[in-house]
Amino acid sequence: MKPHISTKNLSVWYGEHHVLNNISIDIPDKKITVIIGPSGCGKTTLLKSFNRLIELQDGVKISGKVLLDGEDIYDPSCDITHLRKKMGLLFQKPQVLPMSIYENVAYGLRIHGTKDKEELDYSVEHYLKEASLWNEVKDRLNTSAWKLSIGQQQRLCLARGMAIEPEVILGDEPTAALDPISAERIEQRFLGLKNKYSIVLVTHILRQARRLADYVIFLYFGNLIEHGPAEAVFNHPKDPRTQAYIDGRFFEEHTS
Amino acid sequence: MNYSKLDSRKIKDIFAKRAMFFLCLCILSLTLFIAVGLWHKSAAIFSLVSLKSVIFSTAWRPFSGQFGLGGFIIGTFWVTAIAMLISIPLSVLTAIYLSEYAGRRLRNISEPIIDLLAGISPVVYGVWGVIAIVPLVRNWLMPFFSRRLPFFPFASDNFTGFSVLSAGIVLAVMTFPIIISISKEALKTVPLEIREASLALGATKWQTIKYAVLKKAWPGIIAAVILGLSRAFGETMAVLMVAGCAIGVIPKSIFDAGYPLPALIANTYGEMMSVPLYDAAILLAAFMLLTVTTLFNVIGWGVLLHIHAKES
Repeated sequence: MKPHISTKNLSVWYGEHHVLNNISIDIPDKKITVIIGPSGCGKTTLLKSFNRLIELQDGVKISGKVLLDGEDIYDPSCDITHLRKKMGLLFQKPQVLPMSIYENVAYGLRIHGTKDKEELDYSVEHYLKEASLWNEVKDRLNTSAWKLSIGQQQRLCLARGMAIEPEVILGDEPTAALDPISAERIEQRFLGLKNKYSIVLVTHILRQARRLADYVIFLYFGNLIEHGPAEAVFNHPKDPRTQAYIDGRFFEEHTS
Repeated sequence: MNYSKLDSRKIKDIFAKRAMFFLCLCILSLTLFIAVGLWHKSAAIFSLVSLKSVIFSTAWRPFSGQFGLGGFIIGTFWVTAIAMLISIPLSVLTAIYLSEYAGRRLRNISEPIIDLLAGISPVVYGVWGVIAIVPLVRNWLMPFFSRRLPFFPFASDNFTGFSVLSAGIVLAVMTFPIIISISKEALKTVPLEIREASLALGATKWQTIKYAVLKKAWPGIIAAVILGLSRAFGETMAVLMVAGCAIGVIPKSIFDAGYPLPALIANTYGEMMSVPLYDAAILLAAFMLLTVTTLFNVIGWGVLLHIHAKES
């Protein structure tokens, strides 16, 4: 199995706070990888370290490597806008930009230099269809994206992310703010898209992880506890802490 | 026993509340009293001339009963426009830099410095204008521009340096703090997630600011500009010291002297009061100033309150 993203001894600090501790993992190509773990264990930080969005935090310190297709993305020669173009990111709360539905999808294309109206029209329609939103919005493409429901906004964000033709889709609890039906539609889209993209999701809904995951990473307070194919991690976890988390039990941290 | 104790406490509470409400009302109604008083005192001038002629006529000959404030209004317009032309780009770009690009340390250092700028007394700005800006205009800008670009708005034969440009530059510096700090507040209300969403698509920082951040922040920035404008419009002391203030001169160039309304009021009210209706004309100028600055302030704060209401 060829890894798409790899981290090598990745550690992250926010000021004095040590958020990720020496993480080394491989994210498989064209699969859904799900990062699970309790809140505040560094899941989002790990996800945002893949497209260097953590650098927006004040006082962040990073050591170790993150490799995308074998290239170190924290190398000074790496073009950050180019890197981010390879990754679509979905947030917990959909973040539509303050512009129309059409412009939201066209935004990524425009900033990367597409000016041709026909090409933009085509892409907007194509990716709205990919995100299964086209039928709901095709008559009001020029209205403000704020007016959509939360579920529609999240699918719009998905369309916007796909429109820049990324290789990877990152999702930070992308269904957390949605109602069950909207959440299911997003999940369906992920299953439908995994042949084209490597998808990495953060979730703390275990049932969602079971439904979607091909590969699972379990983080616990900044440490990598266990990772492997979903089947193995969910059914035969090696670490008692993973077992406890999957069973929904509390467990005492062993203090040595 | 117990009851009566409670009652006296209650009475004190009610009394304190009422008393404070009354004091509050006094201060609020003061604004109204000023406006009504100014209007009442200045209305006498309309027995002689119409409002239209006061505003549009540039003939200021109090001894022969001509009270055209037009020249002073034009002077005010010149200095305010020059101040805004200089101040808006500088302040807004500074605000953008400080809020979007600057590191935490620079932000922490710059904030008190900008606040300090706001606290300096206008007369100090005036002195600074006389000893620094006026010579700069007289010795460098005026000879350079009016010789090389001898047309509007540069051509001038005023070689003193006391000019609407000097006043505009001083005023621009005086409006920096208000425009910078309110623009910064407006940029701060734009959620970090909007920036993240744009950056995550591979946008550069400048693209993110231009297309996403400013799109949300512009009403607040407009409000900042309006409040800065209002400050520039009403500023008196510093302008009076550097603008030249020659009666009868209508500025046709940035290097000409001008005589803005507030300077007129400060310079001449209390003198020449024996001239009939002179005080009424000056008070009308004051009333106009009050009306316009109040209007600007209401619009500016209205926009800001509207933004805050939408945020919460």
